[in-house]
Amino acid sequence: MTTATKESLRTVKGRPQLFTSYAREMSIFNTRVKRNWVIVAIIAMVIIPFFLTRDWVALLTTVLIFAIGGIGLNILTGYAGQVSLGQAFFMGVGAYTAAVLGGEAQGKVIGLGLDMIIWLPLAGLVPALVAFVLAPLAARVRGLYLAILTLGLVFIGEHIFKEAKPITGGAGVGRAPAEPVFLGFNLFSNQTILGYRIDRFTVFYVACLVIFLVMAFGARNFVRSRFGRNFAAVRDRDVAAEVMGVSLLRTKTLAFTVSSFYAGISGALLSIVIGRISPETWNIFLSIDFLAVVFIGGLATISGSIMGAVFVVMLPKLVNTLTGFIPGFGGIGEGGLLNVFELQTIIFGLLIILFLILEPRGLYGLWLRLRNYFKAWPFSY
Amino acid sequence: MTDLIESLVRGLGLGGLYAVLGVSFVIVYRATGVINFATPALMILGAFFTGSFGNAIGLPFWLSVLLGMAVMAIIGMVIERIALRPMVGRPAFSAATVTVGVFIILLIVAGRLIGSELLTVNDPFGLNTVDVLGARLFTVDIARLVIALVAIGIVGLFLTRSRTGLAMRATAFDQETSLAQGINVGRMFGLSWGIAAAMAALAGALLTAGSSGVETTVALVALKALPVIILGGLDSIKGSVIAGLIIGIAESLTRTYQPIYAPWLGANFDVIVPYLIMIIVLMVRPYGLYGTKEVVRV
Repeated sequence: MTTATKESLRTVKGRPQLFTSYAREMSIFNTRVKRNWVIVAIIAMVIIPFFLTRDWVALLTTVLIFAIGGIGLNILTGYAGQVSLGQAFFMGVGAYTAAVLGGEAQGKVIGLGLDMIIWLPLAGLVPALVAFVLAPLAARVRGLYLAILTLGLVFIGEHIFKEAKPITGGAGVGRAPAEPVFLGFNLFSNQTILGYRIDRFTVFYVACLVIFLVMAFGARNFVRSRFGRNFAAVRDRDVAAEVMGVSLLRTKTLAFTVSSFYAGISGALLSIVIGRISPETWNIFLSIDFLAVVFIGGLATISGSIMGAVFVVMLPKLVNTLTGFIPGFGGIGEGGLLNVFELQTIIFGLLIILFLILEPRGLYGLWLRLRNYFKAWPFSY
Repeated sequence: MTDLIESLVRGLGLGGLYAVLGVSFVIVYRATGVINFATPALMILGAFFTGSFGNAIGLPFWLSVLLGMAVMAIIGMVIERIALRPMVGRPAFSAATVTVGVFIILLIVAGRLIGSELLTVNDPFGLNTVDVLGARLFTVDIARLVIALVAIGIVGLFLTRSRTGLAMRATAFDQETSLAQGINVGRMFGLSWGIAAAMAALAGALLTAGSSGVETTVALVALKALPVIILGGLDSIKGSVIAGLIIGIAESLTRTYQPIYAPWLGANFDVIVPYLIMIIVLMVRPYGLYGTKEVVRV
């Protein structure tokens, strides 16, 4: 048996696209080129921050965090086909779980000051538990009903966050986030390794990168498992899936729970980057940002979500830079045609619309087009 | 007793507002199967145009409301033609996400147009009150209810009595058959967006009337029409009127009595009451009071 499996996993030299077994085709790196490029990308991601300024490192950290949340939403929306506007709510639950467990007590605000090894998993598990409790409700409704339901959840959540003052600090006040102290090692402090001083933002970036890689590979593995294929079956035709013996309730519950786990981790890390969290952070517009990550990046691809996160987080910076060259735009006040914030929000909205109309597969689809173009080059097909 | 009457009437006024918004959602949903998340932005933009006609040009309130509705109807049709028409035949959630994109664009546009000042419409109601049975009722609440019911009545009459209304209903029922009968389905989509945007504009005018001025962020109030259409049924105009009034009254009663009897629920609890009602409805009766029960086939 083992030899047969090994045999079937063998690749034929010079024929990377020839799969001699299903297991081979479904494997995480089904071609050698893919594996090599992923290794190159990871090495690049580790090295790059050491050559960048603080702002850029902070921005890249945000990209990683948005990618984690985006992957979570993509599991729910892209793979299982359930549109959710509730991402912000679950991020908030994750952030406050982390803050209560890992933050410091200040006045009436609770904080236990525990280690990151405790609060980080719980920051994912608590939102996952909340989602699990709410899931029977979410599993009853489909498609747009779920979007409406989760929208309601964001508003209810915002109210609870504002009122639960011992946990959140209350409206307009906020509280300090969790301390990223991992086994006594502060991941948000300047370090000196072999006489080379490393900025605290870079240290935290590396920590986020590790978490991100674990979560991304976890997701990639998860969606190609039995559960991932159940998700796709439910997405493509829920009644048919049920007839084939895929339990709708179980599948939707699982998708909702896993997605919220990712959202919670993402929220906890995001709160550390923001520095101080107020209940208003977790509003409907944050949910829309994540919807944009998924739709602009590409539905049902992990790498698409990463591209989407890069795009959504970098867009403001890009617009900021470009507006310097165009008269009439820019500035932060009332003057001019539109200020930077307004312009970037409008571009953001336009891009959501344009991608949905012109390239529903998102950035991932653009990448596929590019790849196929060069594959067939110099012929058109 | 006076408390009860006052909050009931305030609830009816609010309910009228929600009913108009609900009808706006229902009309788009019936025609295209899409939840129009752009409604809040359409509402605040409508309020802006109404306010501009009233304040800057000095037209009477009634005329500026009608003009505001007309302008928004055109804008609604343009949006449908540009952003939504290419999405015909695509999954409903993709089209709904397009409306989310439209929402954030229009919200910024509205914010820029309104600026940092509070938005007012030149309405005759203000904070006037009438005394009924010893209760002080705001005229604006009564006006909201009456105007809402009249407007929804006109839309209802249009849908049931006119030729175009019949065509719209036919399109909502079955697009292909309507095409075969010579109905211009695309035009019906545009028309439904036009009516929906006009209703949203009316809601915006009603919301702004009787207040000392609103900010752009008040637009999110329009999302409370989502609980309304869930309760009433996504495709029922009658349902959205009744559900609008129920939710309006529930919210208003909570606002009056919750701080007295259940203060532990926190300040402004009434704001989330519609969403709580929605969650209960989704648990008990997901297709709402008057909605069509969904029949699914493989």
